[in-house]
Amino acid sequence: MTWIGDNLSLIWQQLSEHIYLAILPVIFGLLIAIPLGYVATRFAWLANPLIALGGVLYSLPSIALFIVLPVLLGTKVLDRINIIIALTIYAVSLLIRNVIDGLRSVPPDVRQAAIAVGYGPARRLLTIDLPIAVPVIFAGLRVVTVANISMVSVGAVIGIGGLGELFTLGFQKDFLTPVVVGVVLSLLLALLADLLIVTLQRFLTPWARVVASVKEA
Amino acid sequence: MLEYLFDSFNWSGPEGITARIIQHIWYTFAALGLSALIALPIGLRIGHTRRGAFLAINIGNAARALPSLGLLMIAVLLTNQIGFLPVLIALVALGIPPILTSTYAGLSGVDPATIDAARGMGMTGREILTKVEIPIALPLIISGLRAATLQIVSTATIAALVSLGGLGRYVVDGLKLRDFPQMFSGALLVALLAILLDLLFALAGRITVSKGLRVD
Repeated sequence: MTWIGDNLSLIWQQLSEHIYLAILPVIFGLLIAIPLGYVATRFAWLANPLIALGGVLYSLPSIALFIVLPVLLGTKVLDRINIIIALTIYAVSLLIRNVIDGLRSVPPDVRQAAIAVGYGPARRLLTIDLPIAVPVIFAGLRVVTVANISMVSVGAVIGIGGLGELFTLGFQKDFLTPVVVGVVLSLLLALLADLLIVTLQRFLTPWARVVASVKEA
Repeated sequence: MLEYLFDSFNWSGPEGITARIIQHIWYTFAALGLSALIALPIGLRIGHTRRGAFLAINIGNAARALPSLGLLMIAVLLTNQIGFLPVLIALVALGIPPILTSTYAGLSGVDPATIDAARGMGMTGREILTKVEIPIALPLIISGLRAATLQIVSTATIAALVSLGGLGRYVVDGLKLRDFPQMFSGALLVALLAILLDLLFALAGRITVSKGLRVD
């Protein structure tokens, strides 16, 4: 316990590093997957190849990506950017499917109504299609976020990465406390992030609550 | 970068690539088998009786966030030994959640009318489980096994951190020696192994799933 008190600044530093390394790729992933998914729904022949490619990319082991990427990109093996790009690839490969499924879940009559009222494609995407797709997209977002938070610590194997450093530290010193602190913080972080996403989803889809309460009544 | 892989010298012997691949596959299947042995019965039970689902799903989801590296270190420090046991513990903890949740999801997705019909035909609970629920849930059960395999095969690289073998050796040793071609080769082999196993599961799904259930 005294170890925790003595090393608060180290713990805090690794935790913030962990958050940064895990969350940034989720945001990038979303920013890439949404336009890509939109294009795939406009040009339907693109959808299946994109989903299949996502499946293959997602099956690549994270440690392998962390190491192979620098060779392909010309970055240094110990550069944090590798982790961020690798996790972004995972995020995109998983989210692309949810974005496509989500955009496809927009009922045709809703879309036609929007067109009839005079909504252009951009306005339709932002105010009709995306909000309706939120539940499906967010289901993927939750999986990606939790997976990323646990994958970042693998980076410690190659010497990068937030809370994973506490694991290697505890292991080298044959000392349990830092490892437990790392695992607990990582779990809490995942839980908190998941809760945040669910809250954000509720906030973004206020009608879902209304529908649910009507159904219950 | 690929010279390491194409040097036939590196492929033979007890520390050669062939031996490392066999070790890696052994860790993967041992962990997968044990995970399935634990998770399948629980998932089937919860799905069949539809009791305890809330607990199982939430525990399963929380366990997904467990960092396997940390788990491995804890297992090493608690069991006080370096070697196969802690690796197995960490990998099994990784394999259980996907198998458990998808087995449950597969069974609970079976149309209640189908089960009623089976009961109406006079099937016992066991017959309903083995002849109706499992075959219908099979695609999801297999996809759970598939997801577990992918995670285990990629995470089995951490075995090298506690001085075991497997393809992780190249990653860990390569890092220490700053031998990047060696690291690269190890990483590439793990990726290829993962893709190969994934294809095997896709094939297994094709063979075992009833024709009537195929979507495509």
